[in-house]
Amino acid sequence: MYRYDEFDHAFVRERVSQFREQVERRLAGKLTEEEFRPLRLRNGLYLQLHAYMLRIAIPYGVLSPRQLRQLAMIGRRFDRGYGHFTTRQNLQFNWVKLVDIPDILAALAEVEMHCIQTSGNCVRNVTADPFAAAAHDELEDPRPWCEVLRQWSTLHPEFSWLPRKFKIAVSGAVEDRAAVAFHDIGLRIVRGPEGENGFRVFVGGGMGRIPYVGQEIRPFLKKQHLLSYIESILRVYNLHGRRDNLQKARIKILVNQLGIDKFRQEVEADWEATRKDAVDLPASEYARIASYFTPPNLTPRPIKDDGVDQRRITDPAFAAWLKHNVRTHRVPGYAIVTISLKEPGRTPGDASSDTMDLVADLAERYSRNEARANYTQNLVLPHVARADLPKLYDELARAGLATANSELLGDMICCPGLDYCNLANARSIPIAKEIAKRFSDPKRLEEIGPLRLNMSGCINACGHHHSGNIGILGVDKKGTELYQISLGGSPKDDATVGTIIGPGFRAEAVPDAIDTIVSTYLANRLDGEDFLATWRRIGATPFKEALYGAA
Amino acid sequence: MPEVITANRLIDGIVVYLASDGSWAEDLALARVAVTEDEVKALESEAAKAVAERRVVGTYPMAVAVDDGVPVALSVRERIRAAHRTTLTEDWYDVPL
Repeated sequence: MYRYDEFDHAFVRERVSQFREQVERRLAGKLTEEEFRPLRLRNGLYLQLHAYMLRIAIPYGVLSPRQLRQLAMIGRRFDRGYGHFTTRQNLQFNWVKLVDIPDILAALAEVEMHCIQTSGNCVRNVTADPFAAAAHDELEDPRPWCEVLRQWSTLHPEFSWLPRKFKIAVSGAVEDRAAVAFHDIGLRIVRGPEGENGFRVFVGGGMGRIPYVGQEIRPFLKKQHLLSYIESILRVYNLHGRRDNLQKARIKILVNQLGIDKFRQEVEADWEATRKDAVDLPASEYARIASYFTPPNLTPRPIKDDGVDQRRITDPAFAAWLKHNVRTHRVPGYAIVTISLKEPGRTPGDASSDTMDLVADLAERYSRNEARANYTQNLVLPHVARADLPKLYDELARAGLATANSELLGDMICCPGLDYCNLANARSIPIAKEIAKRFSDPKRLEEIGPLRLNMSGCINACGHHHSGNIGILGVDKKGTELYQISLGGSPKDDATVGTIIGPGFRAEAVPDAIDTIVSTYLANRLDGEDFLATWRRIGATPFKEALYGAA
Repeated sequence: MPEVITANRLIDGIVVYLASDGSWAEDLALARVAVTEDEVKALESEAAKAVAERRVVGTYPMAVAVDDGVPVALSVRERIRAAHRTTLTEDWYDVPL
């Protein structure tokens, strides 16, 4: 993975000492809260419902064991022994003290981590396919490009005060595992007309109050032009994006007001005018960055392993885990393992310091020193030898980390909601727990099959409810929490915004409503049809009738 | 409607209430309740002073019910803040109060 050079080290250390001084000035009364707020937000520090919250960037979701152990240490020493993995592949600590933040930032800098650009109206942490450099369907590793974008966007003088925050995702695989279409800019690495790889560029996707699926602005962009082209997109947005209305300031609004064709014309015109002067990345610099992402040297092994095969027959729980949480690796005899942070009863996405330490150990012993965070709030071990799967499973199972529910209904995305967040209108964690309890029978989950259930505690949609096959949105109705359900969303290649199915439900009625929706799907599905396919075939009426009675 | 003043403590962000003895207490039950306009104004001016003295941030008045002389939070949001904990259910990790 990418290693800081002298410049990176010096820059991050300087930021830590600047912030140490700013905290001292705040505590000494030399800065008011109004003066201090933009400074703390530039370092990822929010003041939430119960305490300060620190959001730590995990660039493109990649974590080394050393970094995981440091995060575990921070959780123990400065927080309450746990952290929360977010839908931006970041980690949040929920109970940190202002006085401790400079020491926490210094501890992060020791392991080449920081909180820069995890808040504010700038280019946020660039996300990527969590199976990068391991997936069998990958054309090219997206991570070097994410790192290029990270370095280019960090403190970019032209783009430090955008109308709103700006999110970019990159995928280099055939299957979209990064919700690329729901980003301000989505990049898919594709094969071009002359057989070389380049980018298919999408723009204007997003969640929030007004959700949009991103639209294609360019079917193919040569890789060497990535920075100048993105710079032109951002420049057009920076010039024309609204700054008068927070809700209408994202690029998605601009793209949809102008129309994609007019927006494209503007971008192409700017690009033609500026690209000769723009600093596109020299090939040598790309090669330098890419060298940090050289995949581990895995020697192909036999695909069949007697230990795995026997265990699969004798242990149904292991067989289910193998089916749902283990994916084919591009090197024969290896596998990609998803570590579920969604055991029923737990807060989705939370990991204790002990868990972080354990995953660090497992990454060292079984996954060539690499772990990943994915946007669905789980962890991933990307390079596991198939022969090691039974041993790895046993260690995960002992820690409650082997729930076989990846991409099933139990694998819910859930924002912190009103239990932590200052913006939330309703709780989401207790609802997720109740739903998990209702659907805790592995046989039932298996029967239901792939189903993405996403939940947000407010319209800002951190829990991606718009892209859930089933989406739940918590709202406040006259002091009571009410939950709106939408159906038919998808975060993948067939990206779709879900449709609100009818009036909302009170908290205690939500598990029944989900049960009714699932039963309606099961009663109507054809052989081999997943939830989304059935929904698309039969439409809303059967679900509405089941939920609210015939009209 | 009776009101109390709440805020977050500057140094650690913990939820606090302006108490009868002038301190900032974590326990809502200790909060001083204001009923008349003058009482609310007095609370607000004390709160402004505490902000200037860097004891708390983000002060605001919040409506309460008074049950046997003890203030009780009304909205879900304020009930969660007053409980100082998150999910209001037993959790797998032990969140010390």
